[in-house]
Amino acid sequence: MLEAMTLPFMQRALIAGALVGFLASYYGVFVTQRGLAFMGEGLAHAAFGGIALGILLGANPLYLALPWTVLAAGGIVWVQHRGQVRGDSAIGIFFAVSMSLGILFLSMKRTYAGDAFSYLFGSILSVSQADLWMTAGVVVLSLFTWPLWGLWAYATFDRELAQADRLRVALLDYALSICIAIAVVAAVKVVGIVLVAAFMVIPAATARLLTRSFAAMTVCSVFLGVGGAVAGLFFSYVRDMPTGPAMVLVQAACFFAALLFARAR
Amino acid sequence: MNTPAIETRSLSVRMRDRLALDGVTVVVPEASFTAVIGPNGAGKSTLLRALLGLVPVSRGIVRLFGEAPEKISPMRIGYVPQIKTLDTSFPARALDLVVSGLRRRWPWRPSREERDQAREALDLVGAGHLTNRTLAQLSGGELQRVYLARCLVRKPQLILLDEPASGMDATAEADMYHILEAHPEQTGATVLMVTHDWEGARYHASHVLLLHRRLIAFGPPESVLRKAELGEAYGHDLPGHRRLGADTHA
Repeated sequence: MLEAMTLPFMQRALIAGALVGFLASYYGVFVTQRGLAFMGEGLAHAAFGGIALGILLGANPLYLALPWTVLAAGGIVWVQHRGQVRGDSAIGIFFAVSMSLGILFLSMKRTYAGDAFSYLFGSILSVSQADLWMTAGVVVLSLFTWPLWGLWAYATFDRELAQADRLRVALLDYALSICIAIAVVAAVKVVGIVLVAAFMVIPAATARLLTRSFAAMTVCSVFLGVGGAVAGLFFSYVRDMPTGPAMVLVQAACFFAALLFARAR
Repeated sequence: MNTPAIETRSLSVRMRDRLALDGVTVVVPEASFTAVIGPNGAGKSTLLRALLGLVPVSRGIVRLFGEAPEKISPMRIGYVPQIKTLDTSFPARALDLVVSGLRRRWPWRPSREERDQAREALDLVGAGHLTNRTLAQLSGGELQRVYLARCLVRKPQLILLDEPASGMDATAEADMYHILEAHPEQTGATVLMVTHDWEGARYHASHVLLLHRRLIAFGPPESVLRKAELGEAYGHDLPGHRRLGADTHA
């Protein structure tokens, strides 16, 4: 087991898994408490448009996926705030349009676009040094948003109270959505578009079952997100399984254990 | 003459295609306890929301302590919203909710001083025993008490309450009225409370504001809670007209 950690690609995978586990589970607490589980799913699929454009243009797909997904996140919030379309409908529209554009871009590429599959299903074992630096950069950026935690939490609890206290709730919504979009793009390479939402939702939902305050939920979610990713990596190595699904299955096992524990309590 | 706590002149608020408030002019004196009554859809909550700056004013002006609402520090205002839509799945203890009233943000870890202030406020509303309970464990009436503590903990000069008695039992309601009635005298704060409880308004409030999109009447309870004024607001099928009993004047 430990000899696996002498392999450079396993070291990079371990660090990438822990970083992505941190990012997704931190923002996951806001996503789940705001009833936006579909947001992670929608933004991950929206990222596919940017990734496909990068593949078509021969550029690093993640560099194009980043502004693409941030724009989609801003667009979703903008449509939501206009108040005529429900949030899930807005997410669904951006999700579908971006996915369609992605498929269109890939069809325009004359050669085989095998890279697209690694982004769909993730390839943590092929994470490069550059990918790692990018993910670490996103984690540092997220740490800088730490002062916003209390404001995001307040607006998550009760928008009207936050507005009555003169918090700029719309601006906070945009900031949170953009941060989630950036975290999603950073996670796509590691866990894949299909499983990013699970990384956001499962640790936070598990933490909700085990804690009594939002601060404790945040700490617990991050612990479960990082722990689940690391445990999943080792589990996949030992059982020779695909890594992304192994991580999600470990997190899901924690969720069901917490569910039983919470019912018994 | 003292600056009034609340002053509106020709206040109109349009919600989508409907006029929710139409030319309301009212002056609420400082250190008073005003009950806002009127039928459903009369614009009672909209009035509160306009005072808080939560809805755009279509016409007219709003002044709190002589200034535009956005120029007043939010710490001078305590607000108890309707709790009908509260998501109790949010993991929070009563203590966290009360401390959020001090910080204007959600607390990561309340300080010792904040805990003391929160406990004091919870004790004041008879909810000291609820300090460490989660919101999901509270009944509707207990939740209202915690919200009231959250409002009072910042020692506001203006207290705005939107149907604070909903979900409370008779004892809790009587306690709440006792606190609200005494508060203006003890602290000089002004209380404005939206309610459907005419009896409570009659016996506890110093003023009653009767609304049906426009102002029907404003003044001491005995001059507002009369059949003619109530009939104008509620129509001829006056609900609960028997409760008005002998005190009602034609």
